[in-house]
Amino acid sequence: MSTAIDAFTIVCVAAGVFFYVAGTVGLLRFPDSPSRLHALTKADNLGLGLVALGLLPREPSVLGALKIVVIWALVMLSGASTAQLIGRVLRRGRR
Amino acid sequence: MNDILLTAAGLIVFAVALGLARVLRGADDIDGLMAAQLLGSGGIGTLLLIASATSVPGVGDVALGLALLAPFATIAFINVLESDDAEAGP
Amino acid sequence: MSIQTFLDIALALLVIGVAVWTIVARDLFVAVVAYAVYGLFLALVWIRMYAPDVALTEAAVGGGVTGVLLVAAGKRLDMSAIDIDRQKPSTTLAILAAGCSILFAGVLMIVILSLPAPAPTLAPQAAAAASGPGAGLGNPITAVLMSYRSFDTMLEKVVLILAVVGVWSVGADQAWGAAPAPFGPDRPYDALVFLAKALAPVGAIIGFHIFWTGADAPGGAFQGGALLAAMWMVALMARLIELPRIDARWLRLALVAGPAVFLAVGIAGAMLAGSFFAYPSAFAKPLILSIEAFMVLSIAVALTMLVAGPPYRKGAP
Repeated sequence: MSTAIDAFTIVCVAAGVFFYVAGTVGLLRFPDSPSRLHALTKADNLGLGLVALGLLPREPSVLGALKIVVIWALVMLSGASTAQLIGRVLRRGRR
Repeated sequence: MNDILLTAAGLIVFAVALGLARVLRGADDIDGLMAAQLLGSGGIGTLLLIASATSVPGVGDVALGLALLAPFATIAFINVLESDDAEAGP
Repeated sequence: MSIQTFLDIALALLVIGVAVWTIVARDLFVAVVAYAVYGLFLALVWIRMYAPDVALTEAAVGGGVTGVLLVAAGKRLDMSAIDIDRQKPSTTLAILAAGCSILFAGVLMIVILSLPAPAPTLAPQAAAAASGPGAGLGNPITAVLMSYRSFDTMLEKVVLILAVVGVWSVGADQAWGAAPAPFGPDRPYDALVFLAKALAPVGAIIGFHIFWTGADAPGGAFQGGALLAAMWMVALMARLIELPRIDARWLRLALVAGPAVFLAVGIAGAMLAGSFFAYPSAFAKPLILSIEAFMVLSIAVALTMLVAGPPYRKGAP
């Protein structure tokens, strides 16, 4: 049973790392700021989400798992909102 | 298992550092802001992995604090950029 | 070479790289962002050195609050209008400065590397002594800060108040008593208002949690206060609430409350517990927590007012 949990953790964390790397590649290679912003928010949400998901079963207590979920929710909330704000600033023409 | 998690943490730090290289290449302020935000979420991911892999207490709370500070800093930086724009005029 | 060593070396190189970037950056804004990034990487270093309390303080104060302070001050001074190149120092001066810095860093490095290998330290005795005289706290750092070295900690908060007074005195004479200039735009974006409404209350609870848990786990008054200040500033930036006038009584009371309560308890300790700043052993832990609660208030107010800046009245120079 614990090997199944370990496998779940490894798969999720690996996928999360993949998305972080993908976000960086996007930040480096996409041609303009809005697409770079797109790459960035994907990394924020998916990368962290998968890593958090993978680490959930390893927590010894419910409180610890709850903490991870709260962190995840905070990052989703702030990531989405700040992406909107950055997008607004971009649209107003600051090249 | 812990080694795998630490390797993942290192990879995230590495990826984030590469993102910073984007800014070093002389892009403009907004890209700097985005790179800093990437760093924020990458930092939180790294901290979560380190919290699970090592026995240092309190790392989860540092990640929690960082999850609050990253949007705070981003909002403040955007505010400054915005007011620069406002003063520059149409 | 284990994974951890590899990670640590990579992190060290990154910190140095970001530090160089901070100095090399031409634009003030980029330099401040780099400084905030540097603070974050340094927090990771602290974590790798098993010092989560310091890491939290570094991230909160070094990365967050100080970064915002610098960028706000830079905007106020309109640094972008200053031509950096025109003020380059002469080559001899630059070489002299570089030589002195390298010499100093080199001496420091030699001294640190030649320390004996379990470094002689009073930390175990201090922690034992602190948990002895009635402190009863699980977190040795809080025990040392609030019981063994309490006088220093109180004076640190007094320094914060002095800094706020210094910032206020920079304002124009006619503006004295008014509120500082508002943080955010007059008509903030909906996304910003939404974020502030959702984030600030949750963040305030988390800040309180980190203060409260500092008694027995990493955390404490300063970290909690810095987080509360950050959340307050988020609400201010979204114009959900406005900055107070600097002559508001509640503001000045809140600023002074922390060190004042601390000092009062210290003086009372001279009469009730035998010496200045001693705690009566039965009440030590609740007393310490109450002092810390007032200190959290003072720290949050002081940090916010430091970033807010001098008082501002429209039309005053």
